[in-house]
Amino acid sequence: MAFYSSKSRNIMHHLRPKLGPLSIFYQSYWIDSLSHHRASQSATIKNNAVSCNRPTLFTFWRSEHIKAENQLDCWQNFGEPRVLNFPGGMVKFTSELDFLPESREERIHCYRILDENGQPTSSNFAQITEELAVTMYTNMATLQTMDTIFYEAQRQGRISFYVTTIGEEAINIASAAALQLHDPVFPQYREPGVLLWRGFTLQEFANQCFGNKNDNCKGRQMPAHYGSDKHNYFTVASTVASQVPHAVGAAYSLKMDRINACSITYFGDGGTSTGDFHAALNFAAVLEAPVILFCRNNGWAISTPIEDQFRSDGIVVRGQAYGVRSIRVDGNDALGIYTAVRAARQMAISEQRPVLIEALTYRAGHHTTSDDSTRYRPAEEIEWWRVAQDPVVRFRKWLEKQSWWSAEAETELRTSLRKQVLHAIQVAEQVEKPPVGDIITDVYDTLPSNLHEQERTLAQTIKRHPKDYPPNFSY
Amino acid sequence: MLGSLRKIVSQSPRGISASGIRIIASRTYASSAGAKEMTVRDALNSALDEEMSADPSVLLMGEEVGEYQGAYKISKGLLDKYGPKRVIDTPITEAGFTGMAVGAAYHGLRPIVEFMTFNFSMQAIDHIINSAAKSNYMSGGQISVPIVFRGPNGAASGVGAQHSQCYAAWYGSCPGLKVLAPYSSEDARGLLKAAIRDPDPVVFLENELLYGESFPVSAEVLDSSFCLPIGKAKIELEGKDVTITAFSKMVGYALKAAEILAKEGISAEVINLRSIRPLDRATINASVRKTNRLVTVEEGFPQHGVGAEICASIVEESFQYLDAPVERISGADVPMPYAANLERMAVPQVEDIVRAAKRTCYRSVPVAANA
Repeated sequence: MAFYSSKSRNIMHHLRPKLGPLSIFYQSYWIDSLSHHRASQSATIKNNAVSCNRPTLFTFWRSEHIKAENQLDCWQNFGEPRVLNFPGGMVKFTSELDFLPESREERIHCYRILDENGQPTSSNFAQITEELAVTMYTNMATLQTMDTIFYEAQRQGRISFYVTTIGEEAINIASAAALQLHDPVFPQYREPGVLLWRGFTLQEFANQCFGNKNDNCKGRQMPAHYGSDKHNYFTVASTVASQVPHAVGAAYSLKMDRINACSITYFGDGGTSTGDFHAALNFAAVLEAPVILFCRNNGWAISTPIEDQFRSDGIVVRGQAYGVRSIRVDGNDALGIYTAVRAARQMAISEQRPVLIEALTYRAGHHTTSDDSTRYRPAEEIEWWRVAQDPVVRFRKWLEKQSWWSAEAETELRTSLRKQVLHAIQVAEQVEKPPVGDIITDVYDTLPSNLHEQERTLAQTIKRHPKDYPPNFSY
Repeated sequence: MLGSLRKIVSQSPRGISASGIRIIASRTYASSAGAKEMTVRDALNSALDEEMSADPSVLLMGEEVGEYQGAYKISKGLLDKYGPKRVIDTPITEAGFTGMAVGAAYHGLRPIVEFMTFNFSMQAIDHIINSAAKSNYMSGGQISVPIVFRGPNGAASGVGAQHSQCYAAWYGSCPGLKVLAPYSSEDARGLLKAAIRDPDPVVFLENELLYGESFPVSAEVLDSSFCLPIGKAKIELEGKDVTITAFSKMVGYALKAAEILAKEGISAEVINLRSIRPLDRATINASVRKTNRLVTVEEGFPQHGVGAEICASIVEESFQYLDAPVERISGADVPMPYAANLERMAVPQVEDIVRAAKRTCYRSVPVAANA
C-alpha cells in the first residue's frame, strides 16, 4: 500500500500545475482519492464495473486513482461516452478520422522587436538603460574583433584551431545580458560571448587558445573550448548536445537546493537530432527543472543544411510535444532575444519549469577553421546575411536612434578593441607552456599510486636525458 | 525488444538467482565464529541508506529504483524514507538520465545512477567517459564529478548476451574513472560507501547472482562509519604454492577451487581484487613473488581483459620470479549463448581454476571435459 500512496502523492504533485481548467475537479478528486484511498479501492473496482456497464479501458495498477463517481460525470449524451479519464488525463472522443497534420499551414511566427533598420516594431519589450545597452554593444563588438583576429592567428599557424561566432553575436550577448551570474551555463562551443559578458578577459581567452601556463584549463583543451568555474560557465566538450542533459541535471540541483536561479544550455540545430536533446527535453518536463534550452538554429551543421537535418518546422514545435513552453525569436535581434530570455528566466524560476527558445539565424562564418563553407553554399548568400542581417549593425542603429552611440565612439571603440586583442595574443604567445607536472594532475581528485609511479619514472627519464626534452620540461 | 527483455529481468530477479545453474561459492574461508550474516543485497541497501542519511546531497536515480524498489530490490525502502526528490524513477533512457545525473554532479549533488544491468550502460557510455571521467582533467580541475554508476555486471543466468557481459575491462581502461567490483557483503558495504564518499566518478560493478548470497559480517563492518580503501585488494586466503586473482563472483569460485586444491596438497593464495582501477599491483606482485605461480580468473572476455593487464604487470615487474607460465581463465571469446549447456561452457567453472592451478604446479591434469 505504501507503493500506491506515495505514487499518488508524486503524480498529484506533478499534475497540479498542469491541469488548467480541469484543476478544480482534479484537485478535489485527488484529495478525496488520497483520504479514502485504502478503504475505497475494492469498492472502486466494483462501482466501476457495475455503473459503467462496460469493461474498463485501462489497467488497474496504473489507474487506481480513477474512481467511478468521477468517471460517471463523463458519461453523457444518451449514455455515449464523450470523454474518458485515461492514464494521463481526460480525453475527448471523436468520430472524425482526423490525423494530426505533419505541419501547420503557416510556420510558427518569429518574435522580433528590432527590424533590419534598428527600428522597434513594438514598444512592448524589456526596457534597458543606456549603460546596459552600450555595454551590450561593446561586448558584441569585442566578440567580433576577437573572432576576426583569432581567426587570422589560426590562419597564420599560431593556434591550431578556432571557432567563430560571426552572425550570432546578438544570441551570445543579449541572452547573457538577460541572465544572472549564478545561472549556470552549459555551452556548445559557439557561445564565447556569454563568457565574455561574465567577465572572462581577452587575455584569458588568448591564454586558452594558446594553451599556455596561465590557461585556466591548464592547456588541456583545444582552442575555443573554454570553461570557467568562477563565471559559472561549464567547460566546453565537443561532443554535440551532451551538455543539454547536464543543464537539466544542474537545474534539478538548483531546484533541490531551492536556489533562485535557472540553468541555461545552448545547442545548434544539428544537436537537436541527438538522443541527448530528446532525453533532456523529456527529463526537463518530467522533473519540472528550471532550465532554458536555447537552440541556435543557424541553418547549418557543418555542411548539412536543416532540410537534411529534420522535417519539422524547426525546433520550436518540438517543445509542445514534450510539454515544454517554447518560443521562436529572431536570432539577429538583440532586443528581442534579451526580452525573450528575461521572460523565460522569470518563468523557469518562478514556475519551476523548462522553457525552450529557438533563435533563427544564419551561420555567417565557416563551421570552424577546419571548414570552407563556400564549397557547399553560395558566397553571395553568406555575404547577404553578413551585410543585410548583421545583428551588431542592427543593434547599433537602434543605439544611434536613442542617441546613445555615435560614429566617433564607434571608431574609437574599434581601434581600441583591435589593440587590446592584438596585445592579448602577443602576451599569450610569450607565456610559457604549462609545466610538465600538469600532465598528471586532475585525472583524479588526488594522485593515485600508478600516476605517482609514472611521474617518478618520467622525472628520472628527463633527468637522465635532459637534452631530449625542452628546457622547461623539468621537475 | 529491449523493453521486453528488461521486463523479463525485472519481473523475477529472485527467480533468476534461485534457478541459477551455477555452483554457488563456498563461504568457508570468509566466516568467523559468532559473526552475523548479511546478504549482499542488504549490504548494498544499508550502505545506500546510511550514506543518503548522512549526506543530503546524495540521491539515487534510475529505472524502477523508486516504486518498484529496484529491479533487484537494492533500493528497498529508500523511496519511503527519502522521498521522490532523492529517489528518482526516471524515464527510460540511459543516455538521458546518466547525462542528467552528471550535470547534477557538476553542480554539487552526489548522484548514484543505477543501471538495470551494466549492459544498458552502453547507451550512456558517452556520458560516463566523455562527460564524467574526463571533465575534471579537461577543465583544469574546475569541475569535480562525484558520481557513482552502479548495477549488476557480468553473467547472470539464462539472460543471453545482451544481459551477460562483463565491463570491468572496458571501464578499467579509462583514466578518470575508478572501478570497483565487490564480492562479499563486507566488500559491498565498504566499497559502496567509499564510492559514494569519493570525489571522483566511480563505476561500481555488482553481480546479480551474489545479491541473495549471505556472508558473515563483523560488528566493524556493520558500523555506519565502515569504509574500505579504493585501490586495495584483499587476500581472502593465504597460500604459498600458487596465486589466484579474481573479482566479484569469481572470488567465490577461486576459494572453492582452493579448497579442492588444498585436499591435493596445493596451497593456493586467493586475491580478491576489489578494485579494478586503480589496480593493486603491489599486492599481486608481492603474492606472485612468494608463490612464483599465477592464475587469473574473470568472467569477461580474454582479449584486453583484466587478466591480461595483471599478466602484463607480472611480466614487467616480477618476470624473474615466475616458475611457470601464467594461466588466464576467462569467459569464452563469444557473445553469451542462452542455452544452459552452452552458457555453462562460456563462463569459468571451479574445475577450470583447479586444472589451471595444477598445470602451473606441473601436476598431471586430466584432459579437459568441460561440458
